[in-house]
Amino acid sequence: MKARHLIPVLAIAVGAILPLAPASANSGGAEPLVHQDWSFDGPFGTYDKASLQRGLKIYREVCAGCHSLKRVYFRNLEGIGYNEEQIKAIASQYTVQDGPNDEGEMFDRPAKPSDYIPSPFPNDNAAKSANNGALPPDLSLITKAREDGANYVFSLLTGFEAAPHGVEMSETQHWNKYFPGHKISMPPPLSPGQVSYADDGSPETLEQYAKDISHFLTWAADPYMEERKRTGVKVILFLLVFAGIMLGLKKKTWADLH
Amino acid sequence: MGNHPREQFDNPVVEWVDSRLPIFTILNKEYGVFPTPKNFNYFWNFGAIAMFMLVTMIVTGIILAMHYTANVNLAFDSVERIMRDVNGGWLLRYIHMNGASFFFIAVYIHIFRGMYYGSYKRPRELLWILGMVIFLLMMATAFIGYVLPWGQMSYWGATVITNLFSAIPYVGEHIVTLMWGGFAVDNPTLTRFFALHYLLPFVIFAVVFLHIWALHVTGSNNPLGIDVKGPQDTIPFNPYYTMKDFFGLIVFVMIYCMFIFYMPDALGHSDNYIPANPLSTPAHIVPEWYFLPFYAMLRAITFNMNVYMLAGLALLAVVLVEFVWRHKPKYLNAPIGFLIFAAGGALALFGFLADMNQDWEIPMSAAEVAPVPAKLGGVLTMFGSIAMLFIMPWLDTHPIRSARFRPLYKATFLLLFVLFVALGYIGSQPADANVAGIPLSVFGLALTGYYFGFFLVILPLLSRFEKGRKLPLSIHEAVLAKKQQFQGVSA
Ligand code: HEC
Ligand code: HEM
Repeated sequence: MKARHLIPVLAIAVGAILPLAPASANSGGAEPLVHQDWSFDGPFGTYDKASLQRGLKIYREVCAGCHSLKRVYFRNLEGIGYNEEQIKAIASQYTVQDGPNDEGEMFDRPAKPSDYIPSPFPNDNAAKSANNGALPPDLSLITKAREDGANYVFSLLTGFEAAPHGVEMSETQHWNKYFPGHKISMPPPLSPGQVSYADDGSPETLEQYAKDISHFLTWAADPYMEERKRTGVKVILFLLVFAGIMLGLKKKTWADLH
Repeated sequence: MGNHPREQFDNPVVEWVDSRLPIFTILNKEYGVFPTPKNFNYFWNFGAIAMFMLVTMIVTGIILAMHYTANVNLAFDSVERIMRDVNGGWLLRYIHMNGASFFFIAVYIHIFRGMYYGSYKRPRELLWILGMVIFLLMMATAFIGYVLPWGQMSYWGATVITNLFSAIPYVGEHIVTLMWGGFAVDNPTLTRFFALHYLLPFVIFAVVFLHIWALHVTGSNNPLGIDVKGPQDTIPFNPYYTMKDFFGLIVFVMIYCMFIFYMPDALGHSDNYIPANPLSTPAHIVPEWYFLPFYAMLRAITFNMNVYMLAGLALLAVVLVEFVWRHKPKYLNAPIGFLIFAAGGALALFGFLADMNQDWEIPMSAAEVAPVPAKLGGVLTMFGSIAMLFIMPWLDTHPIRSARFRPLYKATFLLLFVLFVALGYIGSQPADANVAGIPLSVFGLALTGYYFGFFLVILPLLSRFEKGRKLPLSIHEAVLAKKQQFQGVSA
């Protein structure tokens, strides 16, 4: 490359790198997140079905007491490795309201695969009043709605500790290293041994629980990730070949110019 | 059109149509044999790439619109249903979402190219202005589009930006009410934004048509910035540049696809996956990355412009016009000019200090009586920064176009580019951020100063005093010389 080209190229390079530099200075005083190795990381990453199923179990047995997962249909659970029969069985353990029937009455019936996972509270106000005025957010998009979502949820769930000396806390607040502002109105939801992993013998530790539920919530927010990445490989490969051919054709066309 | 002699086509269907409506003749003239300078580099690909992005946005946008619902209670859910329940919906939305960013990337490079090689100069001023109109319309379209998914950033971004207009004296409040369709950002805002978001891309399309029409009247500029002197300087657009554009486009699309498939949310803000909530303000409201440099200029004006400051600035403007813009001062001589300059500078500084120290008891310096309060100052600065681009052809009247032959222009312009990106970084940070104890807005103000200084002072001065390097005699000769140089090296 000639010196003449060097300066503009350098200027562009500096310009391109500059904004990436200390861009993470705005975490609001909270600690840097704990980083896990996730099977879904990277361009070929996939979900770990066993972890997703354990995560669903944790959601159902723990988080569902307070948090909805309202954008997920039972039928979507196919994506975490359940077959139709299993999904029907899971759905039938829930009751949903349907109607009106021919008499104009609303009625309860067991849920079907085509239903959304029912929410624990009929509306936000009910959810707030049951949680000392704090609203437990819907979890279906939580990992997208937070920066570095999977690691954030993992960190949050493992980040509860005693409040530092001298900090004023109300009865219903809990100290969390990773929550912005540190005072969170969610009681520490997980403790070791709380959910049985007897089915597959995974360790019943806080870290394992946090990892599985974060994995599951990442799937819930981004159910098409595997398809997206698989399509991406094909598209990029195709474009690479196409670009190669076009470069050849372009060179050939231009070769006769003088 | 159509009255010119027409060549016959061999294909009978084509000939039948063309003899009635000479569309193929025009296509051939404008895109087939169109004589194009033969020395383009890859910067010349970005016009075609921008066109591709516009079409991509319109096609994906129309399909999204079939599934989208413009209602505050349903918009967020409808976008999530596109992501989850519509076949291929996630792909469609990611193409559109990242497409806005890549459209801007293409257009920013396209504008950079134009500034570096002097494409805005005579005889291409109108072509340049049409391009700037497209840029403005794109900004409006993208801003409005970002509101549609009705997430937290949509809502609060819309609130902050529409509120800016209230700074305009007398009519500001009315404009804001009109944009909102009420007294806050609400359902009427969303529905009118959707209607406009559907409309504006087609307006852009029409302006693009004019832009290309103007281009085909003047012909393209080229990296040497010298005029085409004859047929030996040009080659037909097809197949040479169709092939080259195609190749460049595919490389660009490949990078675009890496974002779509591997980091689709990297360019967006995570808060926009939280449904809009008028009762909860996000900790840190930021616009999309492509607005950040302008946003930083908006926020750089943290002071009110009181009467002292405005009087000082007016005096400085007199000096600017007389001694920088005019080739020879008309009304003033140098000593008087210097006096006015000193007085203007002192007054402006005094006004600034008086605003910073509101407890000084100086008549007419209070924030409440400042003719240009900080908010209006910010808005004027932001729109002014774009106005600079519009009038650039008249600020830079240097006869040499390409920066290759203007070392001073090149250095000051590339510095402008780096500082513009730095402004983008400043725009991305919280308003109260600081570096080494100095508020970022101070850096923002300094860089804004350079931005305006570049256009209003440096360009006119360089137009008068920069000597520039010797230009090659013709494109053809320069290309031959380069070839021989390469052969010399490889032999
Ligand atoms: C006893 C009710 C309760 C249970 C059980 C519960 N949460 Fe929460 N959660 C809350 C409340 C209340 C908040 C809102 C906290 C606030 O805003 O201060 C919350 C907030 C959150 C947040 C959002 C934090 C943020 O950044 O805004 C996440 C993520 C979360 N919970 C995950 C979980 C997971 C995962 C589980 C299951 C392991 C769970 N919660 C179980 C009540 C609960
Ligand atoms: C100049 C071209 C265009 C630009 C720059 C543009 C930009 C944008 C942006 C930035 C968004 C927000 C994306 C997100 O965060 O979700 C958006 C959304 C949207 N746009 Fe466009 N757009 C363009 C053309 C169109 C056209 C022609 C239509 C057709 C009606 C359209 C329809 C939509 C719809 C329905 C949404 C909401 C769905 C969504 O958010 O994904 N757009 N647009």
